Amino acid sequence: MTRRTRLFLEREGYRRRRLRDMARLLPVLGIVLFLLPLLHGRPEAGVIAYLFLAWAGLILLAGLLSRRLQEDPPAPPGESGP
Amino acid sequence: MGKHVLLIEDEPNIIEAIRFILSRDGWRVDTHSDGQSALDAVLDRRPDVVILDVMLPNRSGYDILREIREQDEIGSLPVLLLTAKGQAKDREMAERLGASRFMTKPFSNTEVLAALRELFPQ
Amino acid sequence: MITYDLLVAICLAYVVVLFAVAFWAERRAAAGRDNWLRAPLVYTLSLSVYCTAWTFYGAVGYAARSGLEFVTIYLGPTLVLIGWWWTLRKLVRIGKTQRITSIADLISSRYGKSNTLGVIVTLLAVVGTTPYIALQLQSVTLSFAVFVPQGAGRWSSIDPNATAVAVAAGLALFTVLFGTRNLDANERHHGVVMAIAVEAVVKLFALLAVGSFVVWGLGGGPGEMMARINASPVAQDQIRAGRWIGLTFLSAAAVLTLPRMFQVLVVENADEKHLATASWAFPLYLMLMSLFVVPIAVIGLEVMPPQANPDLFVLTVPLDQGRELLATLAFLGGFSSATSMVIVAAIALSTMVSNHIVMPLFLNWKSEGATMSGDVRKLVLRARRFSIAGVLFLGYLYYRLSGGSEALAAIGLISFAGVAQVLPALLGGIFWRGATRRGALAGLVTGFALWAYTLFLPSFGEGAVMSARLLAEGPWGIGWLRPQALFGVQMDPVVHAVFWSLILNVLAFFSGSLAGFPGPMERLQGAQFVNVFERSAEGRAWTHGQAEAEDLLLMAQRILGPAEAQALFHRVAADQGKGGYLPDITPEFLQHLERELAGSVGAATAHAMVGQIVGRSSVSVGDLMAVADETAQMMEYSSQLEAKSEELARTARQLREANEKLTALSIQKDAFLSQISHELRTPMTSIRAFSEILIETKNLAPEERTRYSRVIHEEALRLTRLLDDLLDLSVLENGQVTLHEQAADLSDLLDRAAAAAGCSGPGGIRIRRDPARERIRIFTDTDRLTQVFINLIANAQKYCAAEVPELRVEVREAGGRLAVDFIDNGAGIPRKSQALIFEKFSRLTDPRSAGGAGLGLAICREVMSKLGGSIIYLPGQRGAAFRVTLPQACRRAA
Repeated sequence: MTRRTRLFLEREGYRRRRLRDMARLLPVLGIVLFLLPLLHGRPEAGVIAYLFLAWAGLILLAGLLSRRLQEDPPAPPGESGP
Repeated sequence: MGKHVLLIEDEPNIIEAIRFILSRDGWRVDTHSDGQSALDAVLDRRPDVVILDVMLPNRSGYDILREIREQDEIGSLPVLLLTAKGQAKDREMAERLGASRFMTKPFSNTEVLAALRELFPQ
Repeated sequence: MITYDLLVAICLAYVVVLFAVAFWAERRAAAGRDNWLRAPLVYTLSLSVYCTAWTFYGAVGYAARSGLEFVTIYLGPTLVLIGWWWTLRKLVRIGKTQRITSIADLISSRYGKSNTLGVIVTLLAVVGTTPYIALQLQSVTLSFAVFVPQGAGRWSSIDPNATAVAVAAGLALFTVLFGTRNLDANERHHGVVMAIAVEAVVKLFALLAVGSFVVWGLGGGPGEMMARINASPVAQDQIRAGRWIGLTFLSAAAVLTLPRMFQVLVVENADEKHLATASWAFPLYLMLMSLFVVPIAVIGLEVMPPQANPDLFVLTVPLDQGRELLATLAFLGGFSSATSMVIVAAIALSTMVSNHIVMPLFLNWKSEGATMSGDVRKLVLRARRFSIAGVLFLGYLYYRLSGGSEALAAIGLISFAGVAQVLPALLGGIFWRGATRRGALAGLVTGFALWAYTLFLPSFGEGAVMSARLLAEGPWGIGWLRPQALFGVQMDPVVHAVFWSLILNVLAFFSGSLAGFPGPMERLQGAQFVNVFERSAEGRAWTHGQAEAEDLLLMAQRILGPAEAQALFHRVAADQGKGGYLPDITPEFLQHLERELAGSVGAATAHAMVGQIVGRSSVSVGDLMAVADETAQMMEYSSQLEAKSEELARTARQLREANEKLTALSIQKDAFLSQISHELRTPMTSIRAFSEILIETKNLAPEERTRYSRVIHEEALRLTRLLDDLLDLSVLENGQVTLHEQAADLSDLLDRAAAAAGCSGPGGIRIRRDPARERIRIFTDTDRLTQVFINLIANAQKYCAAEVPELRVEVREAGGRLAVDFIDNGAGIPRKSQALIFEKFSRLTDPRSAGGAGLGLAICREVMSKLGGSIIYLPGQRGAAFRVTLPQACRRAA
């Protein structure tokens, strides 16, 4: 019983650490995405559309991450959601 | 020159009463009401008798008495000690320090007069 | 055509609404109902001060001239916000734990609370922000001008300068009203933030409305819009890689270092969790703000005449199409953008100017030191108000001098580049423990100088500050020193300046940091900043100081206000297991106090003030050891040891205190009988002596007879009074007292007490009261309470030795309890006697002059404890001060 609980918590802790890694990587991804228009050169409508889509995607990811990161401390076993 | 008494006391009403009683009997009455400078007053005025209250502002009457006894010129001056505390240990203290007489307040006027005449007979 | 007057009316109405919103938010916050004022959404919206009039109007103009490049101004902040886990989270945490008031304060605090750095950053911020404020004023005047019919004689009578003056004055008024309400900058400006949030909604809504109108109303829907964009000159320019990367970086730096952004991001942050929401919500806001910029620019270029100013397309396109309502909305959006920027910038700058320039100057000038100086609280507030007016005046002056020319349009990026010079010191300070004051100083000065030389001064145009020859050939003809082509490198001027100033700034920062050896305070602060998440434990700058708690209280009251300072000291004392208002001077207490003060006057000033009182501002060997012991285990172990030894010391101290009190009490008990005897016998002596005189003396003059009888009478009264007091006290002490409770007005009781204490006569003490605050209905034994008041007033009358004796009666409610303070302007009661004055027969001065038996305060204490309240001596008020506290149950709804 105790072993299972601890294992569960460890997995939870592991998840949280990886979430933080993702939060740290997100701006790096953003830099890459925002530099891509340079390859195309001319700011045509397609490029503009791409930029805004990439932007929206980043915002979505940031939103998801910030929700997960805010759930702290981790809920006790048994009560945690899906 | 007449009999000269220095009254060291700080209650104005008591000062007035004693002054009245003594001057009627022919005493010249000087008063002083501060503890700190009481010794200087005694040295300065050179009275024949001192009436000394124990509870004085800034300085206890006991300390003043001790200092009077330590001075060569006035060491044997007759001192009548007055106290309002009236406990046994106060009397002991007065005797040890060399008070000539010790009286507890409230006193009777005739008692005071008698005590003074005894301390400075003419 | 919408008339100019109508526009002014709409504008004024909008301003009134903003005032109302701010006022309402302040009221709610004051009433404690600030729950949703502190919502993450409000925080996110307040960040929109980033979008000024320069971005609201200027972005379209920018797009019309240089295509997609405008978007970099929004991409930088997006990257910083979604990367909040790296930087912003740490900044906010540091801001909270160190009670940071501004970016200058952060830099000064990090580098050993150095005020030199604070001053430099402040100057940098003022120089960088003033033109930006001028830009906002210009945009408002320009947008007003758009609504004036072409060629109408009316405009000539409307001076654009007058508009600018009116706007600047209105903004100064708003900022002073809502920005300098509370002193502690960490107690956020609810009213301002709320108004900013409303303005954020207005400007976003306005831009989205104009954008929708352009895309669907003029552009024929998204599909056709795409085609139009491709056909437009906007899509023809190649994206310039250097500027794209450079400007993205610059705007990312600016969002961290702009004083107004630091203000809303860090200082006004109510909860760290709000940052998590803002991390995606603010980028979303920025994206929506820029979504329609290109379409508006494209359509604007199509429909407007070629000479039309693209910077005003947001206004002129709807106006040109006869959509006056939409144009008015757009005008309000631009107005909002300009005003919100100016308000927050003025607050941020005024905090810096007053904390880093005015206060240190004042402290220097007042050589007596912190305790003796006047009311610092008032001074700080006044300094802030003057600074706000000063900042806005500077902005207006700059606007006038620059002639409202196009030179202003470029100022946005120039300003960004200026404040970005703080970035190396900022990031270095929170991530690198090796960063030192010397390095920060070198970096800032280098960066600042290069920015001024390569970008700021040339921006005034050829021949204004720098001659055309200097620009073309360099100083003294040295080609590689040309301001806009340093070392012969030719690039875009902005990128050129950012590149060289920051590269050399960083270089100077690193070499300065590596060359010197940091002082102890720097190392201490460095460790605290860099390891803010690992080590939430307090830093230990203060060790066993010799500070007098009372002096500290005196100073703290000046800055935090009496109620708050007293509450703080009381809380700390209670935590230490002591009663009263004077805690032991532990290092933790000093640290805590310093932080609280820092929230009002900045870290460097707070440190200096505490240092003046404690008498030493250096750090001890023990502190250095603590810094040197880097391993967590060592820290843990030593802090445990310290906690234990401190606990022991505290217990010992408490025992010693108890013992001292017992000894003192026993001596008093012993003296009690002899005291009673003395108090009874003294009046009796006079009575007996005079009655004997009256009996024995036959021929007594009638006037003498009367006099002596009167003495006897007075002394008999004195005896009665003494006996009454003794009986009263004994009844109270034995708990046999019955209370006669009834309702009454506090002010009536005080009136009665003042009259009974007899201070209405010419020789009486002057009583200063505040009738408005005394209008409180209470339910208690009113006679007993009045007795206490009479005693206190009579005491002040007797013992206050001031030339013009004066007694202040102050009523306040704190924590549900009603406190009535009696404070006189005399010499007060010495520290060593404060613990004894409530004991029986504990008269401090010459007893006979006062004529009481020394039982008054003992009776007061007993009465108050019977009434369920308390009476204590209140230290740190200069004069003697007593606080009577009534329990909550006494308070009756009127």
